[in-house]
Amino acid sequence: MSLAFGGVVALQGVSFDVREHEIRAIIGPNGAGKSSMLNVINGVYHPQRGSVAFKGRRRRRIDPYEAAKLGIARTFQNIALFRGMSVLDNLMTGRNLKMKRNVLEQALYLGPARREELEHRKKVEAVIDFLEIQHVRRTPVGRLPYGLQKRVELGRALAAEPELLLLDEPMAGMNLEEKQDMSRFILDVNDQMGATIVLIEHDMSVVMDLSDRVVVLDYGRKIADGTPEEVRSNKAVIDAYLGVAH
Amino acid sequence: MQFFFEVLIGGLLAGVMYSLVALGFVLIYKASGVFNFAQGAMVFFAALTTVGFISMGVPFWLAAALALAAMTVLAFLTERVVLRPLVNQPQITLFMATIGLTFFIEGVAQLTWGAQVHALDLGIADEPIEWLMDHTAMNVSKFDLVASGIAAALVTVLALFFNKTRTGRALRAVADDHQAALAVGISLQRIWVIVWATAGFVALVTGLLWGARNGVQFALTFLALKALPVLVLGGFDSIAGAIVGGLIIGASEKLAEVYIGPHVGGGIESWFPYVLALAFLLVRPEGLFGERRIDRV
Amino acid sequence: MLYRETGQFKTDYASDQQLFPIRQDRIAVFVLLAFAYLGVPLAAQTPGLAGAIDFNYWFNGVLIPFLIFALAALGLNILTGYAGLLSLGTAAFMAVGAFAAYNFELRLPGMPMLLSFILAGAVAALVGIVFGLPSLRIRGFYLAVATLAAQFFVVWALTKFSWFSNYSSSGVITAQKIVVFGYAVDTPVKRYLLVLAIVSVMALAAKNMVRGAVGRAWMAVRDMDVAAEVVGIPIMKTKLLAFAISSFYCGVAGALYAFAYLGTVEPAGFELELSFRILFMIIIGGVGSILGSFLGAAFIVLLPIFLDLSATSIERSFGFALPSGLVSNLTLIIFGALIVFFLAVEPLGLARLWQIAKEKLRLWPFPH
Repeated sequence: MSLAFGGVVALQGVSFDVREHEIRAIIGPNGAGKSSMLNVINGVYHPQRGSVAFKGRRRRRIDPYEAAKLGIARTFQNIALFRGMSVLDNLMTGRNLKMKRNVLEQALYLGPARREELEHRKKVEAVIDFLEIQHVRRTPVGRLPYGLQKRVELGRALAAEPELLLLDEPMAGMNLEEKQDMSRFILDVNDQMGATIVLIEHDMSVVMDLSDRVVVLDYGRKIADGTPEEVRSNKAVIDAYLGVAH
Repeated sequence: MQFFFEVLIGGLLAGVMYSLVALGFVLIYKASGVFNFAQGAMVFFAALTTVGFISMGVPFWLAAALALAAMTVLAFLTERVVLRPLVNQPQITLFMATIGLTFFIEGVAQLTWGAQVHALDLGIADEPIEWLMDHTAMNVSKFDLVASGIAAALVTVLALFFNKTRTGRALRAVADDHQAALAVGISLQRIWVIVWATAGFVALVTGLLWGARNGVQFALTFLALKALPVLVLGGFDSIAGAIVGGLIIGASEKLAEVYIGPHVGGGIESWFPYVLALAFLLVRPEGLFGERRIDRV
Repeated sequence: MLYRETGQFKTDYASDQQLFPIRQDRIAVFVLLAFAYLGVPLAAQTPGLAGAIDFNYWFNGVLIPFLIFALAALGLNILTGYAGLLSLGTAAFMAVGAFAAYNFELRLPGMPMLLSFILAGAVAALVGIVFGLPSLRIRGFYLAVATLAAQFFVVWALTKFSWFSNYSSSGVITAQKIVVFGYAVDTPVKRYLLVLAIVSVMALAAKNMVRGAVGRAWMAVRDMDVAAEVVGIPIMKTKLLAFAISSFYCGVAGALYAFAYLGTVEPAGFELELSFRILFMIIIGGVGSILGSFLGAAFIVLLPIFLDLSATSIERSFGFALPSGLVSNLTLIIFGALIVFFLAVEPLGLARLWQIAKEKLRLWPFPH
């Protein structure tokens, strides 16, 4: 995979695989191209070279809508929630692809549209229960504290019942307790829902605990790829990113 | 062929007038990020105030000076009452606020000076230039030429101001990044007042020229709308773009009216510039000279 | 005390999703509807009251235009308030609706009037889609240019191509008499009831759409369209649907404007100023709010009347004539100032003020 913006090279010949049901972490210093990698997988950026193979098909260009249809969901580094809507509505948008009733039926509401709304409401409430955000379900997300917003964003991704979940720094800006909660959620999602997870994270202890395998990027190139233990003792990784324990 | 040139030049000169209106927009947009829909109303207000004083017996230059003073006061008030309370709002909100401002200014202008059409005589006749007429039989108005000259002078002065003076540099800093400008000690309030007052001055010149040509009337307010296609073509934040855009819109509007108009019943200048701008937007959303926005996700 | 929710628990999602979950709200709405549908017409018939109050004026000059403008404001709110697509072409879509309805009635004899209105809305919707196509590439505020193009082009086309106005000079058309299901709708009361019925149904439909999947899609596209795409919302379809439905509402409003309000219209009556007026309604009433469309429309319709009445009573009590044009200029000034005021102080308009009042009422008489 190679990706460049004008003269700035974001990714240079990066290639790795993700096994079904695993938790794969992407780590590396700032500017290494981690977010760009996620953006390519889900179609927000289009690479100059390379392709993404998912569910048996290889694609170079994919647009985000198709990615969503294929069962890929994600969260963003800078929280991309719909600020004007409540938590409940944000989560419901996550299920938009599964709602089939047309506009006229919705305008009428009674009958098929109402049944569909209630059915999806139930599913979304299950996610709300899972993430323990019942108390803020009607609050406009713009008013929530940062940590809760991150949880809501995860909720929106989960509401889509994705096969592949891309998480961009889900723990950024959280304290220890919040990180523990988030880690628990991520593990449960992987366990119970069977979703494959690719996550970008800076906190090494989280990466070591949660992930099955790790990819390390530096200046747009892959410098290591393996289990957490293998990566932790890799010299190139230590030089570029981890540093040596004194 | 010569008829074509006549129409073209007529269109270009009309375009110069559009550029003047667009210039006011660009100034304000560059410095405060606001698309000032009220620019048209400011043109109207400035012209009406001048004419109002003249009708009270005040000599022309004094009347114009008083109008300029009034525009400065307006700039102060606008900064205080409209810009400051809305400082962090999205662009669309500010735009709608300037629509409100437009109606406010119109109401005040008409309340003060009355709603009839006023004539304005600047001493330049709207007659064909004799030399040109004799040599090429082309009908180009003296007035239009003088107006272009004034516009050109104004643009040069403004360009020099922006690029060579300290205040000009501060204005460009503010246009680029409000927070950073604040961080280096530039007073946003002062800059905004300066910019709006300058735009007010441009509005005055525009108003006097337009008013002399078409009479000072309420319709001047909707000049703001004609400037929109100009800005779309030229980019919202480029002075050069305002000029070029104005010329293109002026010329194409006249040419379209003369050559396409008769086939569809005429009057197409009411919508032609907009459709042109629209087509342009589809190809190049940020205009000829505007800056490309990259959204970082 | 009165507005307590205690004891009103929701035990299933269905009741939680109700339009008016609080019982007091349901009662209030029922009373309002009863008053509107029954109370007002009955009052207009009672001899004593009919003498004291000029009901014809109230129907023709206040209630009917209020309802029609509220409908147009609803349309604009769907496009600009919910989907975030700024439109300055509302009046053009109303014009399309008016002229389409006129032509359907004129050229297809025996066409049921309600069907003409619906088809007129559909034609407006198609025009809306055409002029909405640029929204797929152009964002925010540049979209205003596209809608301006629509506004100017439509008015020009309706004036120039006299087929639309059945070859009358300057495009003036006189709407046919309204006949619904063979029943002539020719008195102010009857016209009021017809307009009330149409507007109530369409308002309910709008409310349903807005709290359903399509409404969420619109708001998502408004708030952050990149994220909306990632979540699986089809941007193109959502935006075009917003244009279509908004224009449908404006088209029907335009048809009613011609048939049930003015009787005679021309393209010049659907100029940019009308578009601005409706934009003001949603700014003052509340963008992104169904109730706001109604509150804004009421405000914009009532304010000039109020100013007129004040001016007349001042003139009478002080015995001198105020300068002509004072009221119309004052109206401009007050509108302008209010727009800026609302945008600065309460960008969500009267609707939000109403919500805040309700929240205070829930606590009353306690302070918190």
